[in-house]
Amino acid sequence: MSGLDFDFAHLLAGSLVLISFMMLYQDRLTALINVFALQALVLAMSVAWQAYIQAAPHLYVTAVIALVFKALVIPGALHRIIKRLGVHREIETVVGVGPTMLAGIGLVALAMVVMLRVTAAADQLAREDMAFALSVLLLGLLMMVTRRNAVSLIIGFMSLENGLVLAATGAKGMPLVVEISVAFSVLIAFIVVGVFLFRIRERFDTVDVSALDRFREAQK
Amino acid sequence: MIPTSVELLLECCAALLGLSAFAVPFARRAWATPLVYSACLVVALAAGGLALRHLLMAAPAPDSVVLPLGLPWVGARFRLDALAAVFLVVVNLGAAVASLYALGYGRHEPEPQRVLPFYPVFLAGMNLVVLADDAFSFLVVWEVMSLSSWALVMARHRDADNARAGYVYLLMASFGAICLLLAFGLLAGQEGGYAFDAIRSHPPSPIAAGFVLALAILGAGSKAGLVPLHVWLPLAHPAAPSHVSALMSGVMTKVAIYAFIRIVFDLAGAPAPWWSLVILAMGGATATMGILYALLQNDLKRFLAYSTVENVGIIFIALGLGMAFKAQHMALAAALAVTAALFHVINHSLFKSLLFFGAGAVQGAMGERDMERFGGLIGRMPQTALAFLIGCVAISALPPLNGFVSEWLVFQAILLSPKLDASALKIMIPAVGALLALAAALTAAAFVRAFGITFLGRPRSVAAAEASETDRWSRAAMFACCGLCLAAGVLPGFVIDAIVPAVQSLVGGRMTPQAAQPWLSIVPIAEARSSYNGLLVLGFVAASASLAAFVIHRFGSHAFRRAPAWDCGFPDPSPATQYTAGSFAQPIRRVFGPFVFGVREEVDMPAPGDTRAASIRVVVHDRIWETLYAPIAGGIDYVAGRLNHLQFLTIRRYLSLVFLALVGLLLVLAIWL
Repeated sequence: MSGLDFDFAHLLAGSLVLISFMMLYQDRLTALINVFALQALVLAMSVAWQAYIQAAPHLYVTAVIALVFKALVIPGALHRIIKRLGVHREIETVVGVGPTMLAGIGLVALAMVVMLRVTAAADQLAREDMAFALSVLLLGLLMMVTRRNAVSLIIGFMSLENGLVLAATGAKGMPLVVEISVAFSVLIAFIVVGVFLFRIRERFDTVDVSALDRFREAQK
Repeated sequence: MIPTSVELLLECCAALLGLSAFAVPFARRAWATPLVYSACLVVALAAGGLALRHLLMAAPAPDSVVLPLGLPWVGARFRLDALAAVFLVVVNLGAAVASLYALGYGRHEPEPQRVLPFYPVFLAGMNLVVLADDAFSFLVVWEVMSLSSWALVMARHRDADNARAGYVYLLMASFGAICLLLAFGLLAGQEGGYAFDAIRSHPPSPIAAGFVLALAILGAGSKAGLVPLHVWLPLAHPAAPSHVSALMSGVMTKVAIYAFIRIVFDLAGAPAPWWSLVILAMGGATATMGILYALLQNDLKRFLAYSTVENVGIIFIALGLGMAFKAQHMALAAALAVTAALFHVINHSLFKSLLFFGAGAVQGAMGERDMERFGGLIGRMPQTALAFLIGCVAISALPPLNGFVSEWLVFQAILLSPKLDASALKIMIPAVGALLALAAALTAAAFVRAFGITFLGRPRSVAAAEASETDRWSRAAMFACCGLCLAAGVLPGFVIDAIVPAVQSLVGGRMTPQAAQPWLSIVPIAEARSSYNGLLVLGFVAASASLAAFVIHRFGSHAFRRAPAWDCGFPDPSPATQYTAGSFAQPIRRVFGPFVFGVREEVDMPAPGDTRAASIRVVVHDRIWETLYAPIAGGIDYVAGRLNHLQFLTIRRYLSLVFLALVGLLLVLAIWL
């Protein structure tokens, strides 16, 4: 493997982690969706690069799926949803930005330590890829934990899923079926959650999930 | 190309599965019941014939096939060897007579759509367990067998007792399956060779093999009904329709014993000396406790289920003896003990099916199972009574029927134990022999009670006085079982010779060929030591009985009279004055009750002059349930109650729990490595 192959893959995967950090401190939904679209774009580039260096043409399909659905269709749809819901100006955080970022840094360190040790026998590119993928995954989960708005939860989940795709494409020989099924499952989850958002909104006049909790408290 | 036996057997199983798929839409039609059962009968006969042919071949070589299903790199492997063939004969013989019985009995089924689709699956599951040759297929078909039998137990789920029986059965079946899963995990080792061939070529380390034994006892033993894992059995077996009860009691427990033999004798490598101690102790306890419980039951089918527990104990005693002899490389003695075990497997499947068929016929005529309401049925159901009597004689181990032969062989093996070179076994085996003798005697008492209370005396209820004989198919099935019991009892040498290849594959030794003995005798070890001739006993019994009958009829009265039962010359018109099931069992309850069951009798005797009625109340404790199961159930209930509030967390809390668990595990990994 030439140095350029590795450097470029490393750069793209590292950028994904960086964009995950960017998502952590976006407190406006519009900006958050834009950053997510950016992450999906970088993911598509990273997958395409993997396809090129692994000479695995089926990965181009995955890259196109990531580009079309995650970078264009889903962010566009989310923008429309929050406009129709009228929450596009809302600001929400549960934990302050500072502690969240610190926790994120800790998680990335943890991911590096675990992955670099576990995959000592694997080749270098796959090791780095897996470590970054785990970081993206953990940061996505962190975002789901720290946000309260249902739209941010969806974005956190899809960002987590970006980490999975990164891991899947970094490991050589992952069959295409897996990626397509993952992509479709995310699409379905997105549709379901979208429907749910409207239902919640119709019923409670907000997409703040704590309203659900309050409702359940009242039912008890 | 001619298909091999194992392929034909798999096709039989596929036919059964197809039959059940066919039964799903059509089960409610009137023609579906006879169609399904007759098809099951034909398939079971075919499969049993194939297995028997394999067993009787001059030098049966294992016959195997790998299907492209199941785990990658392992596939679904099936294999027909001598041991599997013996158990396939047992399974399919039981299935054939049960299907024949169901041709008549099944017509009265109120909800056939709850029975017909599951019955063929149950048969196929039992066949496939015996054929499976890798751990994954084995566990899958084991679960198919468990779940289909559970569905059959739940056929009458509206009865609260049946629902509880199904629940307990499901719990115990899951527990057993988990134990077997872990046992196979240990057997496969770190390489993960799940095919039985791979396991045989890499026997586990002695410590791992010890755990495998423990898990096999828990997993297969809970299905077979070893005390104290038997609790589900007397609940679930009676709850199913009678032909299914017969299959569960007569055949499914044998499939569990097959699993135990396959794991412990075949896969777990050379036995350690202490293994036999554990098996013998559990077998002895099971035999004695099973029959003591049985003696106190008034429910006819539950009584039979407890008697199954006892017989499983006898089989495990014989297997423990075989294990002890095998560990000390006494191949001939080990062959004798294992032959006795397999012979008793065959015998018990025959007479327990017969007895459950009889109980089903009585239940069908009476509409209930409480013995205290029966009585005098021999007059109303003479053929059922005759068949049931033959079953009782067989299970009570009286010559010339088959139960005697196998129990006699077990005792012959016990008498060889002084040659063993281990002091623990020298003490243990005579003690177990005494327990076995006690159990055999109590069995006879228990079956005298069951037959006497049910069929003799005067009717205790209106239903008993008006009962009518059961249908032809049921009687045909019962008499087929009677014939097989008699044949196996009178000509045991042929059975022993037929199971020789299975025994040889397990312990490496064989009994001397019995067919060569003169006058169809059987000689386990040497003629100077002991021999038995069923034909001679049959001849003697027939001759002396005919002679006695002749003398009575010649010198006594020719006339056949029906008169009130003799009661000190003062026959009381009320049938309540007869001996009851409870009063028959009372002496034995008094002897064993306080110690084993914590029995208390509370007599409330009014003072002289007081006009209120006196009463006696008997309190019986099930100590195994109370000391072993009730605390577990209570503990789980308590923990579940404490964890209940986890059901009512917020979404973010749930996400946080998942997140923290993941981070925690990663931290463990980071520190550990």
